[in-house]
Amino acid sequence: MRQREIGVGISIITIFLVIVGSSCSSEPARLILATTTSTYDSGLLDEILPDFEARNSAQVDIVAVGTGQAISLGERGDADVLLVHDQEKEQAFVEAGFGSERIPVMYNDFIIVGPLEDPAGIAGLQDATKAFKEIALNMTAFVSRGDESGTHSKEMKIWDMAGINPDPSSSWYYAIGQGMGETLQFAQESKAYTLVDRGTYLSLKENLDDLMVVVGGSKIENNTDPNLINEYSVIPVIPSGSVTGPSALAEAFAEWLVSIETQEKIAGYLKYNLPLFIPLANHQP
Amino acid sequence: MIYCGNLLHLADILLALYPFNDNGSGELLRVILTTLQVSGLALGISTLVGVPFGAFVALSQIRARRVITVLLYTGMGFPPVVVGLAVYLVLSRSGPLGELEWLFTPLAMITAQTIIAFPLVAGLTVAALEGVDPELRLRAISLGSSRVQEAIIVMQEAKGGLVAAIVAGFGGIISEVGAAMLVGGNIESSTRVLSTAIVLETRQGAFGFALALGGVLLSLSFLINVIFVMLQGQRRWYRR
Repeated sequence: MRQREIGVGISIITIFLVIVGSSCSSEPARLILATTTSTYDSGLLDEILPDFEARNSAQVDIVAVGTGQAISLGERGDADVLLVHDQEKEQAFVEAGFGSERIPVMYNDFIIVGPLEDPAGIAGLQDATKAFKEIALNMTAFVSRGDESGTHSKEMKIWDMAGINPDPSSSWYYAIGQGMGETLQFAQESKAYTLVDRGTYLSLKENLDDLMVVVGGSKIENNTDPNLINEYSVIPVIPSGSVTGPSALAEAFAEWLVSIETQEKIAGYLKYNLPLFIPLANHQP
Repeated sequence: MIYCGNLLHLADILLALYPFNDNGSGELLRVILTTLQVSGLALGISTLVGVPFGAFVALSQIRARRVITVLLYTGMGFPPVVVGLAVYLVLSRSGPLGELEWLFTPLAMITAQTIIAFPLVAGLTVAALEGVDPELRLRAISLGSSRVQEAIIVMQEAKGGLVAAIVAGFGGIISEVGAAMLVGGNIESSTRVLSTAIVLETRQGAFGFALALGGVLLSLSFLINVIFVMLQGQRRWYRR
């Protein structure tokens, strides 16, 4: 290496560093929103967020992870606001003083999907708990997220209600510890049942020819099992050591999400000609 | 508020010059530029530190040489996602360097990728320089070269191996997903790079687009490696 080459290399890097350094400037306030992959992948946020950003001249940076990780991000103060779907973990989060309050925003539903042959004979059942019991009784393959996500929590709750404690070392229960897409793909390839939120299933459906909805029906209105409700809440995060509570921007975000205007936009957000979320905030006339 | 979060505006500047940036290809271009900036800077830093460090380890007589070499070789196989986790914990607002507010910005990704590339660059530098005929060093010393001159002569001789060390470092970070996802957050228009975009598209079921992005990443990697190999080819000019 000649000195000239070293010189050229150093100057290139210096130019880069100058560009990086000079970009430190006054910018719109930044709000870090930690949310679940299912919310993010639905495309809803892309649709509604520009309105919030314009009103508050803020920039919302979305970090899409599993609910378990989103809650950890909140606990460490790395997110300013959470939009997640795991009631029990959310309540524990707020009770531990990490969030100011848990405000329900919207809901959709979980469904059980499975192979077209329906080896457990559960197609058309209305009750998820009963369906899980049949799956365990027949020892037909079931694949679990197994990743502490909101969907995994819901699945464990249904097993609990069915009085069954599925054993990951048994021949029919697979806890794969992966995302929803991978889990559905696994179910498709190994002819297994799984629990999935309707939005994700709809968006991946065309690659899942060998799967069908066995419990939950073709749209949210047809799903009569209250245990399959998938409720999303917003929680403004209280930064650790803060005495003033969540940032004003985080509070404004929560208020904006449950405002009548935004709630109407959520109700009007369609995908595959179906509403993906049903607004949940109470508005007194 | 002075805010240094969403850095690396080279992408924005270039996008402003790009005539068709109001359609989907604008975002793709931004992702490509962010990928090049993050991995390019990380590689630059780990080269500036790793090559001299590797040269020092290979050419010095210190007793810890073997131990350091083994540690560097071990570092080459270290799971990037663990590096990402460690960087996350350090840069987290509840971590020791939380004040910097680097988390979920390209700076966090550059930090993680620099740490991932460093053992590759330094370790392979050690290997390349140790492969040089010891006769050459003896001759240099007998001709009265200083330690630095001696190191430069050996490095010139091992130029091919040094370029290979940098190429390995580049390969280790350009396609890395776990750490980039964890510390960058895959934020649109900010920390989304090709590898994390591929994960996102796969998750959303857009397998075709994900595969196309894989093609873009591969082509990018190919072009950059062509440049590296051209540098390697110049080696003959330096033969004495």
